[in-house]
Amino acid sequence: MSNPERQTTPLVAVIGPAVLVLIWAALAALRLFPESLFPSPLAVARGLVIELTSGRLVDDCIASLFRVSVGFLLSVVLGVPTGLVLGHSVLARQAFLPLVNFFRSLSPLAWIPFAILWLGIGDPPAIFLIFMATFFPMVLSTAAAVANIPSIYFRVARDLGIEGFELLRDVTLPAIAPQVITAIRVTAGLSWLVVVAAEMIAGRDGLGFAVWDARNGLRIDLLGAAMVVIGAIGATIDRLLVQLTRIPSVRWGYER
Amino acid sequence: MRTPVLRQSAAGALLHLDHVGHRYGGVEVLSDIEFSVRRGEFVALVGPSGCGKTTLLNLCSGWLTPTSGRVHRTGQVRMVFQQDGLFPWMTVQENVNLGLRHVAREEERASRAASLLALIGLTGFEGHYPHQLSGGMRQRVELARALAGDTDVLLMDEPFSSLDYLTRLKMRGELARLLRERPRTVVLVTHDIQEAAQLADRVLVLSERPAHIRDEVTLALARPRDVTHPDVVAAEHRILTMLGLERDVEWDAAGAAAREPRS
Repeated sequence: MSNPERQTTPLVAVIGPAVLVLIWAALAALRLFPESLFPSPLAVARGLVIELTSGRLVDDCIASLFRVSVGFLLSVVLGVPTGLVLGHSVLARQAFLPLVNFFRSLSPLAWIPFAILWLGIGDPPAIFLIFMATFFPMVLSTAAAVANIPSIYFRVARDLGIEGFELLRDVTLPAIAPQVITAIRVTAGLSWLVVVAAEMIAGRDGLGFAVWDARNGLRIDLLGAAMVVIGAIGATIDRLLVQLTRIPSVRWGYER
Repeated sequence: MRTPVLRQSAAGALLHLDHVGHRYGGVEVLSDIEFSVRRGEFVALVGPSGCGKTTLLNLCSGWLTPTSGRVHRTGQVRMVFQQDGLFPWMTVQENVNLGLRHVAREEERASRAASLLALIGLTGFEGHYPHQLSGGMRQRVELARALAGDTDVLLMDEPFSSLDYLTRLKMRGELARLLRERPRTVVLVTHDIQEAAQLADRVLVLSERPAHIRDEVTLALARPRDVTHPDVVAAEHRILTMLGLERDVEWDAAGAAAREPRS
């Protein structure tokens, strides 16, 4: 009652998808493209049920999510400390920043041939590609966040006798947390894009492989089903990660 | 001519600047600064903008080392900044607790933090984050944190300049009250002449760059002082005259404590 906007939000959120499905259904009914090339919403829904009941879709989701989790966690665990070093040391920045920028500008897809040559097929090449796609942006965001911490915080810390590990735990890390969380959201999204490409070429399972397999078998209904699931999971991951910005001690970074 | 007076006071001084000069590269910012601050004294530094007031304060705190001369410090020194010196990721309680880090016993820390929050009138705001408070409240927490320890000297760098005029007036009264409860030695840098005249026992007026101490104004009036008290107004007039901003006409400042320094 006090907040009508909030109350109507769930209903309003349905409008977008409903409009999309209607246009999609209309295009399919108009037969602008041959039926074998343009699946109707109903065909995709049936494909979704087939894939779900066979259990294959769930296995593919698990495979893709596993690869994203490992590759992405690896780049957070290695990227944040590397960013801390680069952010604190001008010398380290001068020495390594051009390199970080080089690799960041190198499309992770260009690594696919090497990934297959070195690591074969399956989890390792996909994890490698996700890592290559997300590590460098993670380093860069962290380094920029550290370099931009207002010096006043370090002066206050010095006045109060905060130093060493405590300085890292109580000042540096909380000061960069809002920006690191934003970087985590961006790179998690990037991982989800990359895993599909990696699995299409270097996978025998996973959602990317499902796309590729459906295309090879000319099962456009399954292709559509896989795409719906990929988009839905990607959006869900971001919805989950956005919860990190609700932590009380990082709210200050998003208020303004 | 003033030198012998300063030598005399240097004995019991918590802070003593001994012919201090400072330059950034080729630019001389401060030249031959000499003054002492006694225990319990409130000294304000005023001067034209860009004259090196903040540099002087940073030399007092030890953040900078003077390129010539020496700074003698006794006891613990803590800085109070213009704004945003609070850690935004910590609550009011956690920020104040930082000032009590040296207190080993948990219960004592908690009780001292609670009495400080009561002192600044922010009981009930323990769990708030700085961004949820007004500018004046934040500055009060900042003061509480600075007063929390057994700090001897507070160095204040334009602590109220980011506040609106009425809040600033209120905060000056607040500071005077807090200092009565928890006496400290204070060095205040400000461009606000009125603030200096209302709060300080002694106002050092700095010249243009390279800054030296042009003169000093002493006020014997007890704090808190009304901003419209004739002594405060007279001191303001003296300071403004030294800065060349008011004509030095004879004022009918009866009972003015703004003493003519012997120079």
